[in-house]
Amino acid sequence: MIDLLRYDFMQRALIAALLVGLAAPAIGTFIVQRRLALLGDGIGHVALTGVALGFLTGTAPVLTAVVVSVLGAVAIELVRERGRTGGDVALALLFYGGIAGGVLLISLAPGGSNATLMSYLFGSISSVTVQDVWVIALLAAAVLGVVTVFGRELFVLCQDEEVAKASGLPVRFLSLLIAITAALTVVIAMRVVGLLLVSALMVVPVATGQQLTRGFRSTMLLAMLCGMVATVGGLTSSFYVEVPPGALIVLFALGGFVLALGLGRFVRRSRPQESN
Amino acid sequence: MRGGQVSLDRRPVLRGIDLTVRPGEVVAVLGANGSGKSTLVRALLGLVPLSGGSTLLYGTPPTRFRQWWRIGYVPQRLSVGGGVPSTIREVVASGRIARQSRFRLTGQADAAATARALEAVGLADRAGDPVQALSGGQQQRVLIARALAGEPETFVMDEPTAGVDAESQQLLADTLAGLVARGRTVVLVAHELGPLEPLITRAVVLRDGCVCHDGAPPKAVGAHALPGHDHVHPHAPEKPVSPLDWRPTS
Repeated sequence: MIDLLRYDFMQRALIAALLVGLAAPAIGTFIVQRRLALLGDGIGHVALTGVALGFLTGTAPVLTAVVVSVLGAVAIELVRERGRTGGDVALALLFYGGIAGGVLLISLAPGGSNATLMSYLFGSISSVTVQDVWVIALLAAAVLGVVTVFGRELFVLCQDEEVAKASGLPVRFLSLLIAITAALTVVIAMRVVGLLLVSALMVVPVATGQQLTRGFRSTMLLAMLCGMVATVGGLTSSFYVEVPPGALIVLFALGGFVLALGLGRFVRRSRPQESN
Repeated sequence: MRGGQVSLDRRPVLRGIDLTVRPGEVVAVLGANGSGKSTLVRALLGLVPLSGGSTLLYGTPPTRFRQWWRIGYVPQRLSVGGGVPSTIREVVASGRIARQSRFRLTGQADAAATARALEAVGLADRAGDPVQALSGGQQQRVLIARALAGEPETFVMDEPTAGVDAESQQLLADTLAGLVARGRTVVLVAHELGPLEPLITRAVVLRDGCVCHDGAPPKAVGAHALPGHDHVHPHAPEKPVSPLDWRPTS
């Protein structure tokens, strides 16, 4: 671990991994609660169009990815709000549109090909620059800030939208806030695990946490801990065994889930009075 | 509420409803399944858009209403999305939201009100348990406690007795009696009143989306035993601002 830190690229990667491991499960808890576990995937696919747009126009792909994925997230939220059914279909439409748009735009970009997109699809944390680290830190702070300041209101919203309305909460604003925060999370996680695996970091640690906890707050905190252990653990292991860190991070997270599943069953059995 | 109309999927659910709830009243909205009871109370609060007429909360349309802490809404059932566990205390404490400001931490007054609400519904000893582990009746008590925690002036309850065991029903009746004694206004939707009956001061019976009875609570409860006659209520001069009011557009 110590010799790991001697490499500059590894230091940057570890900071990025830590921040993503912290931020993604925090907003992920609300998303899972709202039954929008696939929202992150939808935004991730749309973000691909944003990345390609960056290459096409010669701007930083992270920047265009932020803009396009925020727009995509708002679109998903509006479709979800309008249509009483078909929220999953709306998501599916964005999945396909996002991938197709990304592939089309990258082929138009000078010198771009599908191979250019690969590092965004599957992550390339070892190539994170100092500037990337700053962007990730800023966005992660924004995500955690939203969760801290609006957490109470988001909790009510995710429990019951009508009650939120009858409590005078700005329901539409809060819904959009969740969607936009999710979009920011997708972009920061993009470099670490890749767009195709982004959602795993928002969902899997939450699923792990809820095996062992009884409350919302404790689930969120445990999920954040699981997220950090998975990202840092996956990244360090990938340094030694020469496999893509993104995949290893997600497999670490899944391993944690399986572990928690067994542990949770054991814990629940030792508290039988709760199972009525 | 006056001349209130609500349509869902272009099918009229409520037609020409005139209803004014005065402070301190305990109004039971009765009627058969599908008569629009639930829709009525949700429309009163502006949760369901009106296709005609208007509704006022303490003299203000819902979209411009800002004093939501005055109203405690108890929905029909606890919707626990996604399965992220929440403790009873977390859910009940969230009832304080209309009284809290965004940048301030949860304070002592919040904690005290939450504790009182938990005590009132007899769940104080289970506050740390996840709501998902509770029975239907106990979950209903959690929802009522959430509204109690907000210390509102008016309670709007959608079927608080549906699918609730006898013990919980009695507990609800006792809780309501306490609220009524302190001058709170209550509007509740019910299929049958059970132990709540002695508390009700006024019954509004819906049939096919229209008010078919408004006045003294019917003695025998059950759709067939309800008086079919129209009972026009002379409106008292509006000195205090009514908690809930539906007004005509034309």
